[in-house]
Amino acid sequence: MTFQDTWFLLIAVLWIGYFILEGFDFGVGMLLPFVSRNEADRRAVLTTLGPVWDGNEVWLLVAGGATFAAFPEWYATLFSGFYLPLFLILVSLIVRGVAFEYRSKYGKAQWRQRWDIAIFISSLLPALLWGVAFANIVRGVPLEKAASGSIEYTGGFFNLLNPYALLGGVVTLTVFITHGAVFLSLKTAGSIRDRSQAIAKLSGLVAAVAAVSFLVWTNLSLPEIKPIVLALSIAVALFWVAGMAMNFIRREGWAFIFSALAILSFVTALFSALYPRVMPSSLGAQFDLTITNASSTEYTLKVMTVVAVIMTPIVLVYQGWTYWVFRKRVSASQIANPERGVLDQVSHTLHQ
Amino acid sequence: MNSLDLARWQFAITTVYHFLFVPITIGMAFLVAGLHTAWYRTAKLKYLRATKFFGKLFLINFAIGVVTGIVQEFQFGMNWSSYSRFVGDIFGAPLAMEGLLAFFLESTFLGLWIFGWDRLPKKLHLASIWLAATGTLLSAYFILAANAWMQHPVGYIYNEAKNRAELVDIKAVLTQNTALATFFHTIPSAAFTGAAFMAGISAWLIIKKKDIEMARGTLKLGLITMLVSIVMVSVSGDITARIMTEQQPMKMSAAEALYDTTESAPFSLLTIGTLDGSRSVFQIDIPSVLSFMSTGNFNGVVEGVNDLEAKYDQQFGPGDYTPNIPLAYWSFRLMMGFGFLGSLFALLALWQMRRGGTPRGRWFAPAMVSLPFIPLLANSFGWIFTETARQPWAVFGLIKTSDGVSQVVSAGAVLFTMIVFTLLYGVLAFIEFGLILRVIKNGPSEEMDYENPELGGSDQKNLVMSY
Repeated sequence: MTFQDTWFLLIAVLWIGYFILEGFDFGVGMLLPFVSRNEADRRAVLTTLGPVWDGNEVWLLVAGGATFAAFPEWYATLFSGFYLPLFLILVSLIVRGVAFEYRSKYGKAQWRQRWDIAIFISSLLPALLWGVAFANIVRGVPLEKAASGSIEYTGGFFNLLNPYALLGGVVTLTVFITHGAVFLSLKTAGSIRDRSQAIAKLSGLVAAVAAVSFLVWTNLSLPEIKPIVLALSIAVALFWVAGMAMNFIRREGWAFIFSALAILSFVTALFSALYPRVMPSSLGAQFDLTITNASSTEYTLKVMTVVAVIMTPIVLVYQGWTYWVFRKRVSASQIANPERGVLDQVSHTLHQ
Repeated sequence: MNSLDLARWQFAITTVYHFLFVPITIGMAFLVAGLHTAWYRTAKLKYLRATKFFGKLFLINFAIGVVTGIVQEFQFGMNWSSYSRFVGDIFGAPLAMEGLLAFFLESTFLGLWIFGWDRLPKKLHLASIWLAATGTLLSAYFILAANAWMQHPVGYIYNEAKNRAELVDIKAVLTQNTALATFFHTIPSAAFTGAAFMAGISAWLIIKKKDIEMARGTLKLGLITMLVSIVMVSVSGDITARIMTEQQPMKMSAAEALYDTTESAPFSLLTIGTLDGSRSVFQIDIPSVLSFMSTGNFNGVVEGVNDLEAKYDQQFGPGDYTPNIPLAYWSFRLMMGFGFLGSLFALLALWQMRRGGTPRGRWFAPAMVSLPFIPLLANSFGWIFTETARQPWAVFGLIKTSDGVSQVVSAGAVLFTMIVFTLLYGVLAFIEFGLILRVIKNGPSEEMDYENPELGGSDQKNLVMSY
């Protein structure tokens, strides 16, 4: 395995981590209006994400930084090419982060309603757009050699909204909704848990249809059948069915593990379909960005490998430990004074 | 405006805005960790109130710092893809390290700190704020090393076939004197900023007669931290100036509007130049001080802008190698001016607080209310100086800013995103400011919940911290 292979793999791992973790964050954000009946419910739902959402989002930042370091040509072509979708994702992530942190800090109902709408939209957009972006990468987009000698994206914004890519967006959207519902049923108690379970049953079916169609399409559109992609696609289906079955019999922990495994297999299938390319060109293989022509020098990859090999296990341990610390279910009855903002819960202001 | 100008404006707006919040975060993280430690050690409730009160303010500020930081990670690829291709082999490494070593640490342990009040053993809970603070420090280190490489590229070779810079020595990049000097200049500045934030707010509590017991202590803590850090900022600033003269002489001469090479060069207090910035018409100077600042010798020779321009024309080919001199000149002075103004206020307030006194006088309220903003101005002007006086280079001597911009992104697209980011950032600033005022108005509360023994182990207890 070359260092370029290693970094292709590591970047795949970062995206897998990101989609499994922020996948349920997005799902919970979208489900917020549908699983809660009152303010205490909403507070409980958001508290399941409170300690972890920011750490989950770091997976994306590291995936971005790692792509910059290991495959600068990929980083440059992808983000300058997919300019507007990425911009929409960034705006969503900005609004979303602030919404999480600020919505309960103030007691006015209108203030919180506005943030709830913000959370819904800013969770929905990235959940959809990441699927669109990845489907486009796998499908291949117009890439050409520019005068400067670098390979640049030459399609426009609407080029990215083709049927295959939109179906990819529907897959991530529905899978994240389901993944979020399963997460909520695992992390909450009482009526929120019941409602989440019911939603997961339904959205799980929709996601299954979308994902299977998308994966069939993906396998058929490859120049030749790749056994590994086919095997992983079947794994996605099996894990998803297992997850839905576990949700049906209310084994929430298992349901979550299986939906996470399905996402893992799904992202791995996409990366396997790509390998050894990182961004295939629809205008001919001579314009493909590959792990060879997009990569940094071996020295840089070696340095980064040392850092990644030491740091990744440490990060996994302490981030995993956080989930252990906050493993208990959250219920609406635990939320004190739900109608008042956190900052309004001032018992006695001291005057001296 | 073409896409280059727009991309530069967008970078300036998003980065200056991001860096309003970053130094407050770094400084406050350590101050709050210190207050938490004081409470842990002494069990005095005033420290607990201070931890929670300033912790809230810290978190409101931190949220904006985090979300605006996401843009920074991707902006290079979006608007500066040619730059990214050229430097990615080197520049990407510290960014990736920042993510792996710093971002995970600060976000995870901050989450543990916020929500861990009743979940973690006290010692571990205290450790989590210190780890989060360490994360902010590491983050600053890696990103400053990356920036230092743009000021003074080291540890690389130029690969002509691929037209890019390639890393050959990571140690050189991470430990060069430019990186270390910048780090030791920026971190005390951040401490100064966080401390001014704390001092200004504490003074306001005293004026409003809210929790004076706590506010006196945090005012003193803030003021002393400000004075200690301004000494460090000045020392490292002096070192930075010397390194800069050696590595980027044009920047130092631009900062001084020194057009002709001079022995015993004076430090200019005021210069009025011609509109095109090519020579000065009127100057007030302190003799020989610039020579001392730049070379450590009052008789040292400082090269002037015009001579450097001629030299660079020879070295890099005909072109314009002179930065915007009025901007460099004034941003350099405003950086130092605001830094010293803040310190002066701190010194005055601290002097009046000696032997248990309370600061008074008509200067006190306006000075203390402006205190949190003064370092923000100093920081912003410092970075505006550092970045604009390096122009036309993106990486000094290696790649020009004009060669770094994305080729496939239209001016319209950059304009659109710039307008949306600017509006969004404006709205966020407004909301953040409102929330901060609200917290200050409520004042520190008697946060006794943590001490309540009934809050032990049961599943059905109220959450101390919920969203």
